[in-house]
Amino acid sequence: MNLYEQQASNRRRTWLVMFAFVTFLFILGLGFDAFYLNVGGGFPVGSLLALGVGSVSAVTSYFTGDRAVLLATGAKPIADVVAAASDADKLKLKQLDNVVDEMSIAAGLPRPPVYIVPDPDPNAFATGRGPGHSSIAVTRGLLDALDRDELQGVVAHEMSHIRNLDVRLMTIVAALVGGVALLSDWARRGMWWGGGGRRRDNDRGSGGGALGLVFFVVWIVAILLAPLMAQALAMMVSRRREYLADASGAELTRNPMGLAHALEKIDAAVAPTQAINRGSAHMCIADPLGRQANLREDGGWSGLFASHPPMAARIAALKEMSFQR
Amino acid sequence: MAILVFFGIVALLVIWAIASYNRLVGLRNQVLNGWRQIDVQLKRRHDLIPNLVNAVRGSMDFEKDTLTSVMDARARALAATGPADAAQKEGQLTQALGKLFALAENYPTLKSNDNVKMLQEELSSTENKIGFARQFYNDIATNFNTAQQVFPTNIFAGMFGFKPAELFEITDAGDRAVPTVDLARH
Repeated sequence: MNLYEQQASNRRRTWLVMFAFVTFLFILGLGFDAFYLNVGGGFPVGSLLALGVGSVSAVTSYFTGDRAVLLATGAKPIADVVAAASDADKLKLKQLDNVVDEMSIAAGLPRPPVYIVPDPDPNAFATGRGPGHSSIAVTRGLLDALDRDELQGVVAHEMSHIRNLDVRLMTIVAALVGGVALLSDWARRGMWWGGGGRRRDNDRGSGGGALGLVFFVVWIVAILLAPLMAQALAMMVSRRREYLADASGAELTRNPMGLAHALEKIDAAVAPTQAINRGSAHMCIADPLGRQANLREDGGWSGLFASHPPMAARIAALKEMSFQR
Repeated sequence: MAILVFFGIVALLVIWAIASYNRLVGLRNQVLNGWRQIDVQLKRRHDLIPNLVNAVRGSMDFEKDTLTSVMDARARALAATGPADAAQKEGQLTQALGKLFALAENYPTLKSNDNVKMLQEELSSTENKIGFARQFYNDIATNFNTAQQVFPTNIFAGMFGFKPAELFEITDAGDRAVPTVDLARH
């Protein structure tokens, strides 16, 4: 896949995710109308509201998703961090600043703003909607653990995510997957609380009993599966992309070993990145949840729902690029 | 009918020529911009060098030759005329700087001086930026050249005065060799 194909595919998938989100909300609204209000006589308030809210939040996520993600991780602009830093620390921050400059020159892109996430676990991510509207964030732990070449490799990896528009897709997925999980929770809770009584009402009112039942089952299944599907989508989106970004990052630095060493160090630090929650895990250079955390939370689903390819395979691919095994 | 077809073909050709011409102009401007980016970084390096030399002068007093050779190389690079000459002079400046950095490693006071470390970081980053700017320039210059040379654009690219852009190469034979730095004190 060349750069233009990657960009085109990311644009297409971004639309698809936004469309799927609005559709999901619309189905929720339809169900709400069918089971909680009387659909024949009443005005379809739920459906229209869901459609409106869905479209507005999809568009809002497109334009402000990056800010939401940065806010959720507690990332601070590098200038603020520099102001409060010691002299030795200033040097390290300057190094990061310079490395970002270097990589934007190498990629021929406008320089993205840089953020520091106050978390001791090494990790990094990029967010935004494309060149000129993206940011790169690295954790405190990454800055402390990596040397200059390794830092350059990581920044190059993130810069490639920006250049091939991965950031756009990943940011919209981060913003909307969180929303789907939340809505699904609400709908489920609503069902337990008031579902039974109202449903009998509805059966009495409208004629299509069997049809209504089928729709009800579909509705419940949709609500129950939505978060799972959203999660799987997010993971599917990110796994292959990591290899591509590794490769094009190495093309920018012309030094695959820098990134390979960085990944080794990141892999060695097993502590989960606390500042980065599940909704934005797929955006990071390495799975922020760590293996143990993944197993515990998903109870066996971790293989299928892994957001990142195995680190050993990524490192091996990079080493092969520099003819080192 | 035949006349209509003829004019249709002519119109298509004209549209194609305009589109190709505009694409070449766009690429040429990108190449020029890429070239200026290199200049910006070279200028930045020239500005940083006197600061570094002043910062290390006190501690490295008896490395006067090295310091002088850096300042001389900088002066020659500033006075260079034309891209080929500039490339060679800048290459010599890079070598002189590399030697200075290597020698500075021998001075513990310098290694622990935050000001010097910051200047070193700035200079090595500028070196990197020069390298990456050249890498990017070569990439877009290659695109521009390919766009001119493929058939059928090559038929009229020359007529409109498009010339292939020069790629950045190591001009100095000495630069091609692995640099040897003498770390023994003089």
